[in-house]
Amino acid sequence: MSVLNSLISGLSLGSVYAIIALGYTMVYGISKMLNFAHGDIIMVGAYVSFLLTNHAGMNAWISLLIAIATCTVLGIIIERLAYRPLRGTGSLAVLITAIGVSYFLQNAALLLWGADPRMFTSLFKGFKTIHAANGSLTITPESLFTIIANIIIMIALTLFVSKTKAGKAMRAVSEDNGAAQLMGINVNQSISLTFAIGSGLAAIAGVLMCSAYPVLMPTTGAMPGIKAFTAAVFGGIGSIPGAMVGGLILGIIEIFSRAYISSELADAIVFACLIIVLLIRPTGLLGKKINEKV
Amino acid sequence: MKLRKLVALAAVMAMTMALMAGCGGSGSSDSGDADGAGVLKIGGIGPSTGPAALYGLAVKNGGELAVKEINEANPDGLQLEWMWQDDEHDAEKSVNAYNKLVDDGMQILVGSVTTTPCTAVAAEAFENRTFALTPSASGPAVTEDNDNVFQLCFSDPNQGIASADYIKEHFADKTVGIIYNNADNYSSGIRDKFKSEYEDGGKKVTEATFTDETTDFKAQLNTMKDAGVDLLFLPIYYAPAANIMTQAAQIGYAPTYFGVDGMDGILGADGFDASLAEGVLLLTPFTPYSEDENIKEFVKKYEDAYGETPIQFAADAYDCVYAIYDAYQKTGLDADASMEDICEAMIKVFTGDFTASGLTAESMKWNEAGEVDKTPKVCIIQDGKYVEQ
Repeated sequence: MSVLNSLISGLSLGSVYAIIALGYTMVYGISKMLNFAHGDIIMVGAYVSFLLTNHAGMNAWISLLIAIATCTVLGIIIERLAYRPLRGTGSLAVLITAIGVSYFLQNAALLLWGADPRMFTSLFKGFKTIHAANGSLTITPESLFTIIANIIIMIALTLFVSKTKAGKAMRAVSEDNGAAQLMGINVNQSISLTFAIGSGLAAIAGVLMCSAYPVLMPTTGAMPGIKAFTAAVFGGIGSIPGAMVGGLILGIIEIFSRAYISSELADAIVFACLIIVLLIRPTGLLGKKINEKV
Repeated sequence: MKLRKLVALAAVMAMTMALMAGCGGSGSSDSGDADGAGVLKIGGIGPSTGPAALYGLAVKNGGELAVKEINEANPDGLQLEWMWQDDEHDAEKSVNAYNKLVDDGMQILVGSVTTTPCTAVAAEAFENRTFALTPSASGPAVTEDNDNVFQLCFSDPNQGIASADYIKEHFADKTVGIIYNNADNYSSGIRDKFKSEYEDGGKKVTEATFTDETTDFKAQLNTMKDAGVDLLFLPIYYAPAANIMTQAAQIGYAPTYFGVDGMDGILGADGFDASLAEGVLLLTPFTPYSEDENIKEFVKKYEDAYGETPIQFAADAYDCVYAIYDAYQKTGLDADASMEDICEAMIKVFTGDFTASGLTAESMKWNEAGEVDKTPKVCIIQDGKYVEQ
């Protein structure tokens, strides 16, 4: 049963990675840049939700909605102020700027909220843990809802990019920026929309993550951000199903290596797997092959 | 580069100060009387922000309270000044904080609060000859090879051994497991001693580790659960401990938790569900709910001044300041003696037959290695309070 328990933990952690990885993969797909500040937006979302719930007495679900709104706006502002002026100047400048924004967010949070760890109250506090198979199999509401949320988000996003006008415009921009513009697509608007969606998802990921792993600090988003980036590359950066597959596999590898090999080596094993995948398939598991770039 | 420059600068400053003190010729008067008005500058370093902020703030407040008391009790005698610097529980920042304090004229150091930063500061203080009494940095590396650094708290080996002995005696029929942070000196130091002491009688412990980046503890907890562990020893700080307790509750695993001094403070963490800590046992030399008159008075003053109940670290810092004050009277130095002269004189007093009494122990004595000799107590958390066992 412990294998199943680990599998559930892995799926749940992997789902968090997958939701974060979506933000990376969409932004990369459309503007060919790596938004390293993405991990820190998760942290901002979690803080907004925590402060509203624990210090302003707001309902946790309403605070989640406000966190999503805040992060969406934050994502749009970051794109407008930090990345748009650099568009077309070469990827290195944007990459460095993204790292700068990441540090800016972390330190702003440090200044604003202090570095004391906060104990996040789970969004699913009222729900009961499911015990199956004579109590040896446990499914926490946090795991369950994280996995469900991941599936819903994935389906919704796939439908959005394939069926809606805005989604089609995003795909067109990602295929060929210049041609899309000639066809009358507002490129700036499409990119803004991508950042908005990615950042909104980051807020959800932040709240889900902190519900399951309750310690919240200004650096909380940094490591999951890097892992999710790894997941995006693992699955093939630019591909939505790739982000999902990459995230889930990464989460499962991490939990299983911690449970059965060594908790010290878990991170090393995760990154070693990434290197192996990239050696065999340089574009990632689902990269290029399925042309569903966003 | 920057750090080296700072260190060099600090060293130059220290040397200049030493020279100046030498010129004055009043460095070590043998009048045997320290009553002459003057201000002794005591520096404090610890995390007043950051993951271990609760400890740093407690030390800052506890030290401040002791300084205020001493100054008010004898306004004509030796006066103390309390200078505080934040290190965010970071070794490099801690050394910077130390250099800043030396620049500002610090004569004696209380700090650093946490082990890893304190180890770095201890090496600097050894070079510069600053006398340091740490309230709470319990790692052996803090005092090792540093004749100028003393601990007011138990050392990690002592905590590990005392915990193992207590568990062997009182929980003989329990299956014991440890989850510890193997990226942290403090945590792995206690674990090493605990393991060897506990397994001495032929018993085995189940172990799992984590690092500072770990957020998911379910794998470790499932390992414990599957091994039938019903007493979980957590030689770690309160933040990961809170994380572990929350996730254990999520998977329906409820062992008896046993913590050491790092666990102190868990009840004060923002947003923490205190009901999770019910029944937690911890090794601590101080409980604010004691019936002792001195402790009662301290707790009342502390609550009036800072609006919260003091934790062990506040009492440690309070005792540090009093121990330094008492020891300083014995050195016979004036308040304006140089940092170096003070250092040598204080080492002599501390390694002599000096004993200090305080909130955390009746008579504390120090050995030449800098370790303190006092008796640990075990408390249990009941109804959100520490109850002495």
